[in-house]
Amino acid sequence: MSVNSLTNDEVNRIKKICKKIRKNIIEEVYAAKSGHPGGSLSATDILTVLFEKIFYGCMDKKNPEYSQSDRFILSKGHASPLLYAVLANYGYIAEEELKTFRKFGSKLQGHPCSKLLDCVEISTGSLGQGLSMACGEALGFKLDKKNSKIYALLGDGELQEGSVWEAVMCAAHYKLNNIIAVVDRNRLQIDGCTEDVMSLGDVTEKFKSFGWRTFEINGHEINKIYEAFENAKTPCDKPSVIIADTIKGKGVSFMENNAGWHGKVPGEELYLKAIQELSEEG
Amino acid sequence: MDNTVLKSIRDTYGKTLADLGKIRDDVVVIDCDLSCSTQTKHFKEVFPERFFNVGIAEQNAMTVAAGLACAGKVPFVSAFAVFASGRAWEQIRNGICYSNLNVKIVATHGGVTVGEDGATHQALEDVAIMRTIPGLTVIVPADATETREVIKTVADYKGPVYVRLSRANLPEVFEDGKYKFNMFKAVKLREGKDVTIVANGETTFEALKAAKILAEEGIDVEVLHYPVVKPFDKETLIESAKKTNKVVTVEDHSVIGGLGGAVCEILSENHPVKVLRLGTNDEFGQSGKAIELMEYYGLTGEKIVQKVKEFLR
Repeated sequence: MSVNSLTNDEVNRIKKICKKIRKNIIEEVYAAKSGHPGGSLSATDILTVLFEKIFYGCMDKKNPEYSQSDRFILSKGHASPLLYAVLANYGYIAEEELKTFRKFGSKLQGHPCSKLLDCVEISTGSLGQGLSMACGEALGFKLDKKNSKIYALLGDGELQEGSVWEAVMCAAHYKLNNIIAVVDRNRLQIDGCTEDVMSLGDVTEKFKSFGWRTFEINGHEINKIYEAFENAKTPCDKPSVIIADTIKGKGVSFMENNAGWHGKVPGEELYLKAIQELSEEG
Repeated sequence: MDNTVLKSIRDTYGKTLADLGKIRDDVVVIDCDLSCSTQTKHFKEVFPERFFNVGIAEQNAMTVAAGLACAGKVPFVSAFAVFASGRAWEQIRNGICYSNLNVKIVATHGGVTVGEDGATHQALEDVAIMRTIPGLTVIVPADATETREVIKTVADYKGPVYVRLSRANLPEVFEDGKYKFNMFKAVKLREGKDVTIVANGETTFEALKAAKILAEEGIDVEVLHYPVVKPFDKETLIESAKKTNKVVTVEDHSVIGGLGGAVCEILSENHPVKVLRLGTNDEFGQSGKAIELMEYYGLTGEKIVQKVKEFLR
């Protein structure tokens, strides 16, 4: 498969956006004194490339373009700080609103709520449901002969939910080639390494055996992410999944690869250190 | 049930879906390998491209329905009540209702009238657990006529709905072609002053039977049919309780949390009177013929009569 690559300039430009989004994530959880930084940071590069280069159309349900647009479902709903930072970056929500994250009365609920935000496709937070939702949308789009794609971001711990595999079976059975799933394979969950808690083994092989087309990438290499998405969009009668090898807490030195930062908020000193790291050039 | 004509509730459901499909191209149907039981097969036969079997995977069924609703469709999703409401309770709560999605869950095989399959397949808690979910409308129709009207009504209603259907063929309470279903108003089937019986589903017919027998003994029974357990029509109940001051509830469901629970909640806050709840008594069902089980669990007209007389003593 040969798709175009991004130029170095383009890669650098996207990296800058990733840094900004990571900074927003830290600012959000610090302001809220609550939230999930680790799993938000690990998927930042993936979502930035998706929305910067791949996603077609508009996420706002009130916009007439929405009908023919691609859809995105954050199946790992606790990565809401990442989603909100992305939405702010594209002007769906105001950047000032980010500091209201998780506060009483805020539209930015702890896990994304579609009733409060028109740019959130469907409320998530309960793991193991997003891929089924994607199947439902995919079936609807096929009935209406829509060309829209549905992107779904899953956690790897989330794959322990049996309901995910019901959806995996369903997507293959119904040849839902308009689904492109991404697994944020950061290998950590709350109680430690996924392989110590409940081993997932070879995730790629599992998806393959269920009848999916699979891509394996380093989830922090901008060009690899881009190429994987572009390849996943090429014609096929199977749904596609990108298994992205990532680092939980990526971008903040003391959070990287540390299960403890799944749902923990840094104190002032560490917060300032994180912000400084994310403000540095390069 | 005597020589009365019995009609298949599920068959009516399936055929109504097929009719609906002809006038509504946004209606889609999901089933869990049970289309020959739930009778969604009637829709499948006419609109195979809009029928999605997800196999024995109720959680996926509910969330796929959520996704279809997001894509602008009106999904009807069916399975047996125990599995639809129980196994997939959280998907209904977090996947469908929290986003207020326009999904119609039509679960068959509610109550002991499931019969021979026995306890694991007899849903006795589904109305209770569905009732607790915010924004979910809960409906238990009495007969085939009402089932048809309910399905037509919920297709137009915007919001998630749970409809519970009996496996058994049931006698008609309402006249075909003459009944107008109102989602916000209960039905007073019989005027009376001595005691109020509140029922729904298969027990409404039995409540009417009981009322006839009790009338011969000089006891004047008011029968209220409450197909819509949520949102609950408080007015009709309170007005009746003020008149009779004695209320009996009967349902093919546990006495905990279903219609009986709802009635007690309303009356205790508005017009506290003694309430006798009839239903299964915090117990599992068992194998047997539907009519045997109805008798065993005290849900037939004759059994209701006994309990009402004790209650009134």
